[in-house]
Amino acid sequence: MKELMLGNKAFARGLYEAGCCFVSSYPGTPSTEVTEEAAKYDEIYCEWAPNEKVAMEAAFGASLAGKRAFCGMKHVGLNVAADPLYTMSYTGVNGGVVICVADDPGMHSSQNEQDSRHHAIASKVPMLEPSDSAEALEYAKLAFKLSEDFDTPVIMKMCTRVAHSQSVVETSDRVVPADKPYEKNIPKYVMMPGNAIRRHPFVEERTEKLREWSETSGINRVEMGGTDIGIITSSTSYQYVKEVFGDKVSVLKLGMVNPLPVKQIKDFAAKVGKLYVVEELDPIIEDHVRTLGLEVSGKDKLSLLGEFSQNMVREAFGEEAKKGVKLDEQIPMRPPVMCAGCPHRGLFYTLSKNKCNVMGDIGCYTLGAVAPLSAIDMTLCMGASISAIHGFNKAGGGENASKTVAVIGDSTFMHSGMTGLANVAYNQSDSTIIILDNSITGMTGHQQNPTTGYNIKGDPAGKIDLEALCRAMGFNRVRVVDPYDLKACDQAVKEELAAKEPSVIISRRPCALLKYVKHKAPLSVNTDKCVGCKSCMKIGCPAISIKNGKAAIDNTLCVGCGVCSQLCPVGAFEEGEA
Amino acid sequence: METKNVMIVGVGGQGSLLASKLLGRLLLDQGLDVKVSEVHGMSQRGGSVVTYVRYGDKVYSPVIDKGEADYIVSFELLEAARWMEYLKPGGQIVTNVQQIDPMPVITGAMEYPTELVEKMKASGVKVDAIDCLELARQAGSAKAVNIVLMGRLSHYFDMPEESWYKAMEAIVPAKFLEMNKKAFELGKDAQ
Repeated sequence: MKELMLGNKAFARGLYEAGCCFVSSYPGTPSTEVTEEAAKYDEIYCEWAPNEKVAMEAAFGASLAGKRAFCGMKHVGLNVAADPLYTMSYTGVNGGVVICVADDPGMHSSQNEQDSRHHAIASKVPMLEPSDSAEALEYAKLAFKLSEDFDTPVIMKMCTRVAHSQSVVETSDRVVPADKPYEKNIPKYVMMPGNAIRRHPFVEERTEKLREWSETSGINRVEMGGTDIGIITSSTSYQYVKEVFGDKVSVLKLGMVNPLPVKQIKDFAAKVGKLYVVEELDPIIEDHVRTLGLEVSGKDKLSLLGEFSQNMVREAFGEEAKKGVKLDEQIPMRPPVMCAGCPHRGLFYTLSKNKCNVMGDIGCYTLGAVAPLSAIDMTLCMGASISAIHGFNKAGGGENASKTVAVIGDSTFMHSGMTGLANVAYNQSDSTIIILDNSITGMTGHQQNPTTGYNIKGDPAGKIDLEALCRAMGFNRVRVVDPYDLKACDQAVKEELAAKEPSVIISRRPCALLKYVKHKAPLSVNTDKCVGCKSCMKIGCPAISIKNGKAAIDNTLCVGCGVCSQLCPVGAFEEGEA
Repeated sequence: METKNVMIVGVGGQGSLLASKLLGRLLLDQGLDVKVSEVHGMSQRGGSVVTYVRYGDKVYSPVIDKGEADYIVSFELLEAARWMEYLKPGGQIVTNVQQIDPMPVITGAMEYPTELVEKMKASGVKVDAIDCLELARQAGSAKAVNIVLMGRLSHYFDMPEESWYKAMEAIVPAKFLEMNKKAFELGKDAQ
């Protein structure tokens, strides 16, 4: 049956049809739905792991046990999982292992736009790159076969526009291959120097065998058209090229981007006049083509930055870009904002008011950096808030320690905050760490994590006790505050900053968007009382605006959290709608 | 047939997902190639959101570029104005007149532009502006704004009403079907 299917869902369908039995992942836009959709099949065991490294190692274990296994992550997640990846390249697999890495060119929801193909090249692991949902499904199945035939993990690289676009797929039935019983094999699986040194030649030979396979298997295909121009491309860039040129040019469409073919590229180059490469981000295909001694054009015409589009391709090739009419009007930007009722708001207001330096982390709460709160000083990567505050306070001394805090979400803390916390506890800096516990992984769309007490299917699971964990690590000062209570927040922050020892504040209240959270009725403004002082505007709540000089509440957004009313000097906010 | 382009724009959380789902289903039922593209994650948090729907004999790119949209369907007035440049010459904007203040307006740094419908028309663009929220409430739920908009879009589509209803039956829970059909009718026949 033909269906319109999200790229990530088609990937999950491919896992199902390939007989995949084990999935362990950490959520990250734009990769999350692969695992969420896989979890809807009862035949596949699925879990959220605390981080990508743990997920990949769990998938490796499942492979050792003889099952087809998968783990999924976003591009920066692969940095975390790079350690097992680079050595799993040496050990190879028992049951097939497929890894999804989803890049985010254009940074719709990311802190950088690194090109994951570098990891495939550096780890010498094959990488497939689908250009639509049908290929995502087909390649997922092929990836397992390659993994087992060539004894290697296989990476499948998605990007935002493949992961989050729906296109037509045809599904088929699930076929589960026979289990491969676990057999002890020390030279293959124990990567100590004496064994690893013997596995390295295997890895190099495997790359050449995979290259030969790619030349003839059909994974890369030539679409001959006009021969004045020949374009080598892959992924969505292929779609933009076809959109603009149709059959007017010839195209070599690559489905495998590591290792890259040699003979196929030389043959293609011989058949066309001028050779181009169209690829997003780094010139990886282009550099390879150049090492083959071929003349090629690419990044001299197209950007190293962001996503491409059909107009960008048109302009690069000297065609006229399509144009519309721009409205001659200043249109205010509409940036993402913290939701009305977001529990992070009260806490960030407190930090802003106390003029704290704030070491930030990755999650919805990064929006605390946006005006009017402007409360975050630094955001680097998962877990960096705690590690960095330690360095900041050790290097800067007591003056820094007395006004600096680290903020980290519950899921990010589980991901890679605990090791940083161990460093604070062990090497003793007077750091104040605030865990923003909203009882969910928020930014990526509400995934469970080890602190929530539920698993990926929403069934009861183990629950890590944050207070007990911090105390066990040696923190004497661990306290919990409700971020809706501004007085309590202010007191906690002031006292812990003053304390001459490490401390943890857990700012605890569930995400306002969680279905089980019961909200109060929207507040209303008593305009007779409101003096228009705009104190309530300091918290950047999207439900509050100034209308005719007085505060006004949008009752479709307000959830009655009451943070604004604690700021009002005249008590103008009243419970219940006017 | 040549590829046609519909952009659905609005504010994160307004419910454009159902609209693109309905449209995708409708077009697939006609035996066409279809691509629907959206962005999840950070930009959904009350930000400006856009969904691309493309259909034809063979669709390549998942996105719509400036000057390419046959239709822009907007859940919010400012968003229609923001994305207007994506409309192709002769294209049609169908917009809800609802206004949602963005943060620069809320903080008082900027004003919400006035008379946007008139200004868009004055720049030579065809604009069909209706009060979808009011019509959705008349149909029985403020949440049916998306279906009111689809009803209005159907006004410009050369497709029988039955195919819209068939697509709706496939994706809307049975208990909300009558309400949604009413919302669709109200949108279609709005003055």
